[in-house]
This record gives sequence, structure tokens and C-alpha cells, in this order.
Amino acid sequence: MKILTKWLRAYLPGLPVDDVRLAEDLTLRGIAVDGVYPLGEGNGSLYEMDITTNRVDAMNHYGVAREAAAIYGLKLPELAYALPQVRPAGHPFPVAIEAKDACGRFTARVLRGVTIGASRDWFAGAEVATYFELLEQKMISNAVDATNYAWLAMGQPTHAFDLDKIEGGIVVRRAKKGERLKTLDGVERALDPEDLVVADHGKALALAGVMGGWDSMITPETKNVLVEAAWFEPMAVRRTARRHGLHTDASHRFERGADFNAAPVASAMVSAILLANGGWIDGELVDVRVEDMEARTAKRPPVELQLGEIQRILGATEDAQGIAAATVEEVLRALGCKLSSRSPAAGQNAAPASWRVSLPSWRLDVEREIDLIEEVARVYGYNRFANTLPAFGAGVRALPWYEAETSMRRTLLAAGFHEAIASTFCSAAEAELTAPQPGVAPPLGNPLSEEAGVMRPSLVPGMLAMVTGNLNRDVSDVRLFELGTVFSGTLANGSVEKVEERPALAFGAAGMLPEESALRAARAMDFFDVKGMVEQLLQRFETRSVYFDRFEAEDGMTPQWLHPYRAARVVVDGLTVGWLGQLHPRQAAARKVKETVFLGELYLDRLYKLPVRRPVAREISRFQTVRRDFSLVLDKKIAWDTIDRAVAGLRMPELVDWRVREVFHDAKLGRNEYALLLGATFQAADRTLREEELRSYQERVVEAVGKVGARLRS
Amino acid sequence: MANETIPHLTAFDGAALDAAFSALEQQARAAAAALDGEAAIEAFRLEWLGRKQGRLNDISSRWLKSAPAEAKKALGQRFNGLKTVVEELLDAATGAGPTDAALQAEALDITLPGTARLTGAEHPITRTMNEIVSVFAALGYSVGVGPEVETDYYNFESMNFPPGHPARDTQDTLVMAGQERRPQRDRLLLRTHTSPVQMRTMELQPPPVRIVIPGKVHRNDAQDATHSPIFHQVEGLCVDTNITFSDLKGTLDHAMKALFGSSVKTRFFPSFFPFTEPSADVQISCIFCGGKGCRKCKQSGWIELLGCGMVDPAVFAFAAQKQPAYDAKKISGFAFGMGVERIAMMKYGISEIGQFFAGDMRFLGQFV
Repeated sequence: MKILTKWLRAYLPGLPVDDVRLAEDLTLRGIAVDGVYPLGEGNGSLYEMDITTNRVDAMNHYGVAREAAAIYGLKLPELAYALPQVRPAGHPFPVAIEAKDACGRFTARVLRGVTIGASRDWFAGAEVATYFELLEQKMISNAVDATNYAWLAMGQPTHAFDLDKIEGGIVVRRAKKGERLKTLDGVERALDPEDLVVADHGKALALAGVMGGWDSMITPETKNVLVEAAWFEPMAVRRTARRHGLHTDASHRFERGADFNAAPVASAMVSAILLANGGWIDGELVDVRVEDMEARTAKRPPVELQLGEIQRILGATEDAQGIAAATVEEVLRALGCKLSSRSPAAGQNAAPASWRVSLPSWRLDVEREIDLIEEVARVYGYNRFANTLPAFGAGVRALPWYEAETSMRRTLLAAGFHEAIASTFCSAAEAELTAPQPGVAPPLGNPLSEEAGVMRPSLVPGMLAMVTGNLNRDVSDVRLFELGTVFSGTLANGSVEKVEERPALAFGAAGMLPEESALRAARAMDFFDVKGMVEQLLQRFETRSVYFDRFEAEDGMTPQWLHPYRAARVVVDGLTVGWLGQLHPRQAAARKVKETVFLGELYLDRLYKLPVRRPVAREISRFQTVRRDFSLVLDKKIAWDTIDRAVAGLRMPELVDWRVREVFHDAKLGRNEYALLLGATFQAADRTLREEELRSYQERVVEAVGKVGARLRS
Repeated sequence: MANETIPHLTAFDGAALDAAFSALEQQARAAAAALDGEAAIEAFRLEWLGRKQGRLNDISSRWLKSAPAEAKKALGQRFNGLKTVVEELLDAATGAGPTDAALQAEALDITLPGTARLTGAEHPITRTMNEIVSVFAALGYSVGVGPEVETDYYNFESMNFPPGHPARDTQDTLVMAGQERRPQRDRLLLRTHTSPVQMRTMELQPPPVRIVIPGKVHRNDAQDATHSPIFHQVEGLCVDTNITFSDLKGTLDHAMKALFGSSVKTRFFPSFFPFTEPSADVQISCIFCGGKGCRKCKQSGWIELLGCGMVDPAVFAFAAQKQPAYDAKKISGFAFGMGVERIAMMKYGISEIGQFFAGDMRFLGQFV
């Protein structure tokens, strides 16, 4: 919205500051001036305003002038327009409000013998022309310019009808079933029985508070005019405007609450401009009011305001005196409130401790004590309040999973993975591909695009998009993870009834290990690098059992995005907590990815149920460790975990560590055999192990692995 | 290498012994000074201390044996003295390690780049969010979160956006499918701000409340350099007896100084949010130019950073439906909310909000 300081100064000739300072003072009081543009000698400045939606009263020149008057303690003259003598009419023009819940006031003034044409100079200063030129507002005709002028001056929508197109009189009512109306934008509209219309005795003339009608509009041939200035109920206008996809200046104002008392003033303003080209007023202003509506707007009951409450809410000021009773009265009176004070019991001369405050008709946003307190704080100046700190409350609580999440994030960062945040949405097809459990990915009613049609049921689609995005940008080494929320919903008849949210972790990798060396060739990441990372993540928790398993392709257990023979299910304490592996070559091909991509997802709601592992220090043995390696030959069907479990089954306290040292396939072995070097470390807590002891331990290891089908390589 | 034999000793008086031992000691010292490398040290050790042919062994076997009984003690003392000297020389030679020449052969080109074990980078949004949260944790705020899919009641109605209120227009909302058929308050949508967690917190807990709420929010906004349908906020809520507007000012002034440096100034403007009254926008003095005016602050010297205000009594009335202790006549409180992306973009000089959500390794790698 644009405001001319020249216009403001016409209302307030005594403004004691320049335009720049005025802009700053207004802004600091919530009437925000976004830009100040000087218009040249004698023309003042143009303000680009950014006024919050609750302050419709200030979205016009008189409203801004009212704020300025409050800031500088000036008296703002009332708007008054001298109109020519009225020629008495035989009967007042008939106006009826049928929709008493939607129209609070309707004023009608009949002007006859007018000439529609260019606006004449009006008043001494030719304001219409000057102001419109400075605002770059096109002059159209006196009829249009007059309503525009009333809008810019006081923010009151008005409308001029061609009187000769009106049959009988005005009725404000709801539309009739099947009724049609061609509005000023040339659109022929089918009206809804809920639409509020201004009608004559035969037909709808205008969408009330939204837009005038085509057939009753002013034309160059118009001789007689009916000037409408009314007050419509916000919700009624909003619903009508919404239904027709319209948002006009008028609907904007009425939706947010117009000034109940502005109608006669605006009507006079419009009439004065029209009559400058000739014509006369036929009869007194017809002013129909709905008592009930007036009681809710212009005649609201006064609000009780206590000085103590002001202090309780606002607190300390930098000025030791604080907010005194005199300040409260000065501010609220300047804003148009009427105050009757109630002195404390102490005596007649003491400062008042509370007031009954009558509210101005133009400030429908002010209706409670707290709203008055805001007005006091606002005009007093927010920056004049002290900076204090409240006392401490109760103890500080972190999120229950804070430690687990932090610990996992640290592990992932240490492994060289960057944290990423992907889209919360994915396509229905991607959801289908990646949803970890049955249930639906909740669809959106108004998605941003088809590709973002549903809430993600898995972090995998986002991770895949980010990994492939990097590969497409020729970034070949990719290591990303995301800690995010996944969604599953319950659907009934196409409507989402319930949505569950779960925390999840996804990671994706391609290319080389995170080492940058001038001297050594980098090694490509493989399955075991990501598996190792998952193992480390799981070590952050207290677990009873952790294992990884794999299913044959025909089992249909493995998620479709994973290579069925290079994928592992992660099982912790008997629960599936996630999957990891190589991207299914079919999926890779579909995404034109040539590189090998590893990825996985963990279901953190399950992991977060486990306690975070607390480190416990153990005595470190002073005695020597002894390492023994066993070269085993195995059938290819025998996986490492068989050997691992066989060794673990020994429960030998002195066997402190065992691991695979090497796996190799050798032509000298049988076709279905492979060799595995098992490294074992023995140590006792209380003694140096003797050779005979060691020999017996070794024999037990060989025996144990022998039972599951391993033989020592000779 | 054959050891040099020891001289034949004829006289065993003190002077003769002194002369003989001091000559040997000089020889040992001279030899030790010339030691060059591990092999030479080993040869020196064998020459002097060797069990079979070592010179000290020779002395003990020849001189001690042929010495008259009365001279044995004096000779023994001098023998031990010499042995100590030799051992010390040997220790010193061993401790000195390899020679410079040997070391030079092992020279490296230390100008080659070091080998880096690359670590990952925390996302700048996580990092910024954690920074904000820890500033408030230090002021006694607990941390809370809430769902990203909310009901109309929590996102709007209980935050004092009545159904059909124009203030709802300012937040373009993404909604779940098929909600038109459901009662307005139960309709599911993607929360447009973290404020609903204020209500969820108050419903669960009577005052006092001091809570800070980081989270992801969504709006039906077209993507451009500074707008994204996905973004993050940190919300704060403080409710107690005697919480005032000046407490709100002091708290945010402190928080902004903690986040942006102690020289940062704050100023407060009247604003409008349905759930606070009075409401304010907070600006900080421009962190780039210190308030003098620059391109980043559009020459104003100030940067708008967050919205805040005193909790509206209407919001307390909604909370009181479940927790009667939220009686606006007895308690008061303030709330604030800030956009994490905006702060992160400012702190790290990021020009495109979309970069936060693209997962580009080159972008993320900068935050290690």
C-alpha cells in the first residue's frame, strides 16, 4: 500500500518531523514503512507501507494520520464535507436489510442530474488530481475517481449505481437459488444461496462488499446515481469472495472489519466529488442500521482496564517512572478511546488505578483489556522497556533420544558421512517401492507436484535422489546420511484419518573410502564398509543380540531396492531394525546410475527403545596375550557366522578375541571350498599362559570349528 | 677384527697402575668418539666387554692373576672404574642412535600433502538449530518436539486462528488428502509453524514452563532463493507467574548476543500474530556492517530476525481446558519463533535456500 506524506500533512499541518523521521516513528509503533521515496520539491514523499493484517484501519491516509497524531500528541480534525442543500424528496429511497446477520448498515444517497466525465478540481487544492498523479493512480471518471478517493482517504469501500437501472429500491439479502449476476469484471456468475447480494426489487445488483454488477454500473450516459456506503459482516463477505475466487480491495477491508461509522462520511466524500460536475441531492441520506450489529461494533460495551494489569504484563521500563496513569490516558485518547477513570479508594486526587474504556468504531481488532495494553505498549514505544530476565524455572530436560541421536550422528560423521536433509515428500511409486511396512504413505490433498504426492514412508527415496544427484553432477565420492521422520497413515474412503511418524536413519555411499592421500591409491567402498558402520552404530546401544541375515530372492523378504544377494537385514534383540546393501542393479539402471551404490535404512523408533551403552572400565590384564592363527578350509555353504557361533559357543574366558584375518579362494582347494584364516587371541587375567594350556585351547577351537564342518588346511 | 692386546704389566705400584689404566681409558674414549653406526658400536662392545676376548676380560685374567696379593685390591678398584667408564661410553653411543648420514638416507619430502581421514559434516541446519537450542538450555529451557502432521486444532484454532479467520491466509497450508469430510478441528495438515507444540506442551504440563522447540515445518510456497516448502523453526515458550514483556525483551536480547556476538543490539517493533498480544518483530543490528548500513541489511543497519510476543489470553484459555492452572489472570508468558534457514544463511553466507535440501556433497563438505 502507498501513502503520500503530502496527503498526511494536509490532515496534520503541525507534524513536527520530516518524512524520514516520520517513517521511522511510525514503523517503531507498528505502522511499518518499508520504503521512503521523495517525490520532488513540494510533493513530499511516497511511503511503501507493510501494515499487518490486523490493522486495516491504518491502510489509508486518514488512518495513518491518526497514528501520527497519537505519536506526536496532535489533534486530528474530523473528516467533514459540506454538501449542497438537499432538495426534499417525496419519499425516502426505499432500503431494506433482509440479511440482518450479514449487513449491519446500509446508507444510500440519491444524486440526480449528474454529469459523468473527467473529475473536476475539487476543493481549493485540487486534491484528487494531485494525489492521484503522485500515487500514479489513473484518473478514469468522476464516478470511479470518487470511490477510489474515498478508499485511499479513509479505507471505506463505496459503490455508485446507475439509479435508473434500479427497480423499486434496495434490498440486502442472500442470493436466490439459481440467481445469476454479471459482475464488473465481465464474468457471468451463478450465485450460491449463501452469497450476500445487494439487490433491487427484482434482481441482484452486486456481490455485497465484493464487487458491483455489470448492468447497474455507471456509464457516460448515467444521469442519476445511487451512492452506497455500507458495513458488511466479515465472515459473510469472506465466504462470498472465496466462493467466487475474488479478492478485491472492498472484500479485503470488509473481511478484516470496516468502520461501522465511516459510511455517512464516505458517502458525503463521494457525493461531493460527483456533484462538483453538477447535479443535486434528492432527499436526505437513507441510513438503515441493524441494532444488533451496531452493538457489536460502534457501540461495544466499555472494557475495564487496570493499571496494575498493564504493569503485570509489560514489566519494567527504562524510565524509572514506568507507565503512569497519565501516559495510559494520553495514548488511548489519542487513538480514539474514551476513558472514564476510577480513582483508588485513597482519595479523589490520586491518579486513577483503573478505567472503563470505550472503544473506537474503527478498531474492531481492539476488544479486550490485553488489546488495550498492547496499544499502550505500542505507542509508548517497545524499545523504552527494560531488558530483564525471568527467574529460573524447573530443571532442564533434554529430549529422551537426544543422547542416542547425538551418539549416532557422531559415529556417522567420524565415518566420513555428511549429514543431509531431503524432501519430506516422494511420489506414490517411490513410496510403494520403499515403504518398510504395510500401510499407506499418506497422500496430500494439495501436493506441490505429482513427484511430491505423498509423505515419505521411508528415507530411501530422498537418499537415492541425493546420491544420484551427486553422481549426475560428477561428484563420484558420495557419503550421505539423513536423520529424519517417516510417515505411515490410515486411509478411509480416500481420506487420511491418522498419521504415524517415526524417526529413521538412512545412508548412501558410492565411490572411494573417505581418505585423501597423495601417496596411496584410494580403495573403493564396499558392502563391508557400510556394514561396519552399522555395526558401530549398534554398538552405541545396550543390546543382547545383534545379527545380520540374508534371504533368497524368491522369499520376497528383501526390499525391492536392494540387491537380493548383497543385502542384509539387521536384527537387534530379535527385532528387524533395518536393511542395508547394494542398490538393486535394476533400480540403478532405472536411474541411469553406473556406479555401485550402497545404502541402508535403520528404524530408529526401535533402536531408541534400547538404552544407550554406558562405558564401563575393566581391569586391563598385565599378562601377555598370545595370538594363534588357524587356516581353515570350508564348504562355500558354510558362512562365517557359523564359525563365529561355534567359537563363541566355547565360552572360553581366556579366548579374549577372535576374528577373520583373511578369506581366500584358491584353485588348489575343492570347487565348492574356500579358505579362511581365523585369528584367535588368548590371555588370562591372572597368569601367564603356559604352552600346555595354549595347546589345549587350540585343540578345543579346532574341535569346535571341526564340528561345523571346517578342517585345518594342511 | 682382532682385539688389540693389553700391554704386559710389570710394576703393580699405584703410579704404574694409574698410568696403565689411564692409557686404557684414553684408548676407550678415543674409540668411542669415533663410533659410527650400530655395527661399530657392537664391535666396540665386543672389544672391551666381550666375554671371551674382551680387553676387560684380558685384564681380569692376566693382570689380576699375576698381581701380588697386596696390589690386588688397588688393581680391582681401578679395574671396576675402567669398566664403569666403558659401560657409560657404550650407553652413550647406543643412546645417540643412528648418525646423521644414516638419518639423511631416510629423508621425506615433507611438502607432500598430508593424508586426510575425511570426517563428515553436520548439516548447517542441525548445527544452527543446536546452537540456538543450547543458548536457551543455558537459560533453563527444556527441549520439546511435536508432530509434523498436525490437526487444524493445534496448528490454527488453539493458536487463536479461528476457522475462516483471514490470518490463516498468510500461511499457505499443505493438507492431507480427503480432509473436507472431517470436522474442521480434526483435519490433518502439515504444520505451518512450530507453535502448535506450545499448546501440546501446556496440555501436558502445568506452569512453570520454559521450553524450546526445534522442528521442521512446511508451507505451500513456491521455491525461490529464499523460500522453500520445507524449512525449520525454533519456537520458545516461557510461562510462569510474573513473566513480563520486559522479560521477553531481556531474554531475546541475551539470546541474540549469545548467537551473534556481544556487540549485537536488538530492537523491537509492534507486529501481529494471532497467538501473542502484544506481538513484536525483533531486529538485530546488522552483523555484517555493525549497523552502519550495507547491501546485506539494505542500508538500514538492521536485520529482521524473529517474531515474538506475550502469550495471548485466548491461547491460555485453550490450554486451560486441559490444565486449569493456565489462568490468564494469574500467570503470564511469552513465546517466540525464529526461522533456522534464515539465520543459517546469514551466518554462513548461503544465498540459495534450496542448497540445504539438495544433498550436494560439495555444499555440505564446507561445514566440516
